[in-house]
Amino acid sequence: MFIKPRFRLVPDNTRIHFMRGRYMGLIVSAVLSLASLFMFFVYPGLNLGIDFSGGVVMEVRTNGPADFAQIHAALSAEHIPAQGVQRFGDASEVLVRLGAQSSEQGTQAAVARVRAALEKGVPGARIVRTDAVGASVSAELFRNGLLALGISLLMILVYIWFRFEWQFAVGAVVTLVLDITKAIGFLALTRIEFDLVMVAAILTVLGYSTNDKVVVYDRVRENLRKYKSMPLRELIDLSINETLNRTLGTSMTVFLASLPLALFGGESISGFAWVMLFGIVVGTSSSIFIAAPILLFLGEHRLRREAAAPVTPPSGGSSVTPAAGAPAKAAPTKSAPAPSGAAPSGAAPSGAAKAGATKAGAAKGGAARATTAPRR
Amino acid sequence: MMYFSRMKTTLILGACLLGVLFGVPNLFPSPAPWMPWRTVHLGLDLRGGSYLLLEVDMKAVLKERLDSLADGVRQALRGSQIFYQTLEPQPDQNRVLLRLRDASKTEAAVASLKPLISQDASTGQPDMVIGSDPDGTITLTLSATALAARAAGAVDQSIEIVRRRIDETGVLDPQITRQGQDRIVVQLPGVGDPDRIKQLIGKTAHMTFRLVDETANPAAGGPPPPGDDFLQMQDRPGEKIAVRKRIDVDGADLTDARAGTSPETGDWVVNFTFNSVGARRFADISRANVNHRFAIVLDDKVISAPVIREAITGGRGQISGSFNAQSANDLSVLLRAGALPAPLTVVEERSVGPELGADSIRAGAISLTAGFVLVIAFMGFFYGLFGWFANLALVINLLLMLGIMSLLQATLTLPGMAGILLTLGMAVDANILINERIREEQKLGRPPLAALEHGFNRAYSTIFDSNATAFLAHVMLFVFGSGPVRGFAVTITVGIATSLFTAWMLTRLLVSRWYIATRPKLLPV
Repeated sequence: MFIKPRFRLVPDNTRIHFMRGRYMGLIVSAVLSLASLFMFFVYPGLNLGIDFSGGVVMEVRTNGPADFAQIHAALSAEHIPAQGVQRFGDASEVLVRLGAQSSEQGTQAAVARVRAALEKGVPGARIVRTDAVGASVSAELFRNGLLALGISLLMILVYIWFRFEWQFAVGAVVTLVLDITKAIGFLALTRIEFDLVMVAAILTVLGYSTNDKVVVYDRVRENLRKYKSMPLRELIDLSINETLNRTLGTSMTVFLASLPLALFGGESISGFAWVMLFGIVVGTSSSIFIAAPILLFLGEHRLRREAAAPVTPPSGGSSVTPAAGAPAKAAPTKSAPAPSGAAPSGAAPSGAAKAGATKAGAAKGGAARATTAPRR
Repeated sequence: MMYFSRMKTTLILGACLLGVLFGVPNLFPSPAPWMPWRTVHLGLDLRGGSYLLLEVDMKAVLKERLDSLADGVRQALRGSQIFYQTLEPQPDQNRVLLRLRDASKTEAAVASLKPLISQDASTGQPDMVIGSDPDGTITLTLSATALAARAAGAVDQSIEIVRRRIDETGVLDPQITRQGQDRIVVQLPGVGDPDRIKQLIGKTAHMTFRLVDETANPAAGGPPPPGDDFLQMQDRPGEKIAVRKRIDVDGADLTDARAGTSPETGDWVVNFTFNSVGARRFADISRANVNHRFAIVLDDKVISAPVIREAITGGRGQISGSFNAQSANDLSVLLRAGALPAPLTVVEERSVGPELGADSIRAGAISLTAGFVLVIAFMGFFYGLFGWFANLALVINLLLMLGIMSLLQATLTLPGMAGILLTLGMAVDANILINERIREEQKLGRPPLAALEHGFNRAYSTIFDSNATAFLAHVMLFVFGSGPVRGFAVTITVGIATSLFTAWMLTRLLVSRWYIATRPKLLPV
């Protein structure tokens, strides 16, 4: 257990034809996203937390299980129109919620009245949390939340554009937008409160999901240089298969890290964690089934300069059946650097130099220069 | 790639050691009081406390400026014997509008109003423009820069006053900071119920001493006579009293105020002392108005309106109303701290009791431990020895994060704890990318050292690109977020930086040392 890896998430030489499912993937994604948009705009809509809707939320703890009738009576005795008095976490915890008040002073007065009503009518009740957000602040928080999301998306677009080709950037951002709509649909469906922490969750999913796409795209970019004449569709399939363990492995670690938060993190953070978990699943699948097909559609005739001459034997070697095993695997490797050596970048000896380098010192200088050169 | 000079090795290990040194205090309680034991600041949501966002009423600031300007105009015109029909502050146009009875005196009026203009201290620009029409209309318009300067001054002054008032309550290290143009953030650690504080800062506490106009009767109805205000009596709701607009002595001239009991009646009173200016003016007024009533006005409400029995020359006085110990004490605090330049409104309140905070810490710690164990187990099972290298780097990463956050005096919030956990989950992603690459390179038939070289080298750009985008997203969250969410953004950005270091530098160093020590024929990846 301490030296050799015990398991692999997926076997090494998979040859799954993901791109065959590209229409299916896009259709399923589009349907889910449309359903999410429907849930967002029409019914049931987002359950806005007080960060964004304004109002008052007070968390109350009682000695022993909460007596809801008593709490209701205490509040209505003071003519407080509590929108919802609900259980929150364990049986002695109650959430009292008041809608947005007409003015800031009204909000503050409401807080004081609830406090007084509970002190009077519910012996032993303790208010352990008060959140009161006025209308102007909630509008501002909402605007800032949207700004943070929008600008992040824009920056990701620009960054990927800068580091890759525009097709990659558009593919990534379109996929991210689809991911976000699904996350919002998930929030609408589960009635998890949408507040500032959820914006943080969505942004984290965004950043994380981008990681995943970059892993696949990075390999596509590398393979584009390596296999000059492989059709893009095959090349994307190959890239996804090659990176499958990475895509799933990196998702797995973040999933495992988020799981305890969802289970033990407490009421206020578990919603965040569930959105993360959902986002990880969506983000991982969209890297494969959405981001890659979009790249295929956008790049079919552009990323490949001279489109698809029939597959030539050297690169055709990589589509050999997986049964061929290790010795056969070595064959395409030897031939692969040859076309890449002929690349116009002028980094011809890169493959040879690296293969020949055995001494640490020599490898350090040689490899560093040889590998950075073609990346420019 | 796999070669580390002695210097570089020392630097990497030194950085880790420093990180551990600064990070470890967060995991254990201080063993001895003399040891420097610097830990991460806990956010209000974890330690319990209140966060109040206050808004300065800028309309009131403007209105007060225009009122005092109108007052200045009134006095200037009276001095030069010019009569006017109307004199009206118009806040929506930042100006005071004046109509003279005799249009031919327009020029003379403008000349007598000129001294009201003052120069801005920093720019030397005049703070207002006087415009006039031949028909006898004169406008005094305040400049935008002068208004902005005044608004900024009002916020600064409010912060100072709020600080003084809160200091009087004995709350330990409150933080009072400015936010944006017209807002003030007040953070009160350990205060789960901020009601009393809200009451203290919710009052402007502008106190004035003015004469009562005994000829006017508010009960008769109709508007107050010019130069008078009808003000509410504090203790008798519904009853109003006619008070002159002219302020004889201002609360700003008080030097001290203390709650006490009256020796005669035993009631709670507030005793105050004037400074020399206030004492002189109060003596003059009281001497000239013996047997008349004067009113003590607080925020447009009359606390009391006693009859002056004799000249009060000692500069001391006493306010009696229907006080109890608490309200007398509160009033004395407010008077000592001074008046706010404008009313403050609480626009956002978040308070958490210490009980809930402790629960959150516990829940966060349990999740953190469980998540940490799961991630470590995953890496160990799926990546073997190289997974354990990553795990060692992960532990160092956690300590580094805590260490840097302690050094930066960053605040750890509940979402921040979630952020730490997520960062740990994402930090090993870099190791996964590296390990997979090494595995691939070895499969391609490269000897171990070359496989390591290529693995680290080729994975680097992927790691960098994927972290850069996450980094950008969280910087945005920090810029636009607020409160606990900012804490989340801070932990993630710090975590991305430290994980790049541990995954890229530390694991590489570990692997390199291991390789030199064992010289394996095949890498266990």
